[in-house]
Amino acid sequence: MDLGRLFSIIIGSILINNVIFARFLGICPFMGVSKKVESSIGMGMAVTFVMTLASAVTFIVHRFLLAPYNLEYLQTIAFILIIASLVQFVEMAIEKLSPSLYKALGVFLPLITTNCAVLGIAILNIQDEYNFIETTVNGFAGAIGFTVALILLAGTRERLEYANVPKSFRGIAIAFISAGILAMAFMGFSGIKI
Amino acid sequence: MGNLIPIIVLGLLGLTMGVFLAYAAKKFEVQRDPLVEKVNEALPGANCGACGYPGCMGYAEAVALHGAEIGFCSPGGNEVIEKLAELTGKNAVAKEKVIARIMCQGNNNVVKKQYEFDGEIRTCSNANLYFGGDKACMYSCIGYGDCARVCPADAITIGDMGLAIIDEDKCISCEKCVAACPKKVIRMVPEKSKFTVLCSNREKAPVAKKNCSVACIACGLCAKNCPVNAIEVKGNLARIDTEKCVNCGICTTKCPTNAIEGKIKDFKVAEVVEEKCIGCTACARVCPVNAIEGKVKEKHKVVEEKCIGCGLCFEKCKFDAILMKEKIVVN
Repeated sequence: MDLGRLFSIIIGSILINNVIFARFLGICPFMGVSKKVESSIGMGMAVTFVMTLASAVTFIVHRFLLAPYNLEYLQTIAFILIIASLVQFVEMAIEKLSPSLYKALGVFLPLITTNCAVLGIAILNIQDEYNFIETTVNGFAGAIGFTVALILLAGTRERLEYANVPKSFRGIAIAFISAGILAMAFMGFSGIKI
Repeated sequence: MGNLIPIIVLGLLGLTMGVFLAYAAKKFEVQRDPLVEKVNEALPGANCGACGYPGCMGYAEAVALHGAEIGFCSPGGNEVIEKLAELTGKNAVAKEKVIARIMCQGNNNVVKKQYEFDGEIRTCSNANLYFGGDKACMYSCIGYGDCARVCPADAITIGDMGLAIIDEDKCISCEKCVAACPKKVIRMVPEKSKFTVLCSNREKAPVAKKNCSVACIACGLCAKNCPVNAIEVKGNLARIDTEKCVNCGICTTKCPTNAIEGKIKDFKVAEVVEEKCIGCTACARVCPVNAIEGKVKEKHKVVEEKCIGCGLCFEKCKFDAILMKEKIVVN
């Protein structure tokens, strides 16, 4: 196994091709759950779980179910089916194992279903022709990238609560501006080759 | 046959996921407190948020698990409070029902328009941006229905005349319309108070009168004639103190611009049934206008000219010695 390649996938997914800052996927939960660091960590964990699992399962389904029968055109609908079921499963699991996290995530948990980052990573895995391990690692690293972005913005927004923001920029407006500045900072990583 | 493969593949996929989820649902089943369910069933289910919790379920959890007060549900009223008291074993604290009332009668017939509003977005908050709405009165109901849209009980309609109308029987006192109104002409008033100054205009009388024929012109006639001094004219506007008001309706007959509207139109007068009266003076003491004469242990008598028909003595008398009869009003 080529550990160097895996390492480059991880760094690439977290920093260079960050799902939020470089690919602009999953902006809805990014703005919605980034008010508190605590809940953003929870959301990040839920997304990590779903994304890693979804990457692995979608790879298997694509390789052994869709590709042999030339059914690649069913990719989107099949993947959405898998992701939706996985999210349902994660919701049940979290409700049982950590009710406080379940409450903190609230409506955003079922929203992972429509989180385009999950579907996006799954499709990108297929496009980049990764093998099974690379796919799983890429799914995991992509989710970590998502979590990093979420926590960074949440930390910023927690500080912003105390800042003297001009009245018309308060709330979601200043959050979008902060997110834009963060994305620009992440542009510093673009073009790096490992 | 070739066409069947995608159907079979997708069907199998769906079936596998379904079975997996069904298994997981059994495995991860969460036991809920049955009390939460019961409390939730007792609540009206309007999810209006008037209690301060996120929806009825949130309030049910707070009541059942965290011992929250049971009197916060205003849509449910006393009925729900009693049910919750039964379920939780707490004391029922009866709450006075309040309803939303529009403090404006400025429909398109009585209030002048300062321009024709031709905007694409026909909402009050949008119209308010342009010179405070199309009606000439700066304090009037704009009538594009921001309140009607947020009302969870469908109690508010916009009449033909461009004025919001609240069906007070349907009102669940959630106060959403109060927050939604850009003009702040909606106020919560106790349901028992029948008379309200339906105007919010704080401009001087000539300006107010020029723009609207039913505006309060702060003449003070209502305040002068109020038998219980419940009306105060402040900042060019009369307001009725609902605590003091006895719902006699004199103000509505005196108001020269009909700015005070009320529900009762039949005026009554009290009468003492002498056989039953024991002379306790309870009625005389409660009478706001001293219309009841008679000393202790003597039969009382109502001075008809003074009586305002508020009915306080009728409620007070323990011996059914007071009757309220119809009074013919000439005005």
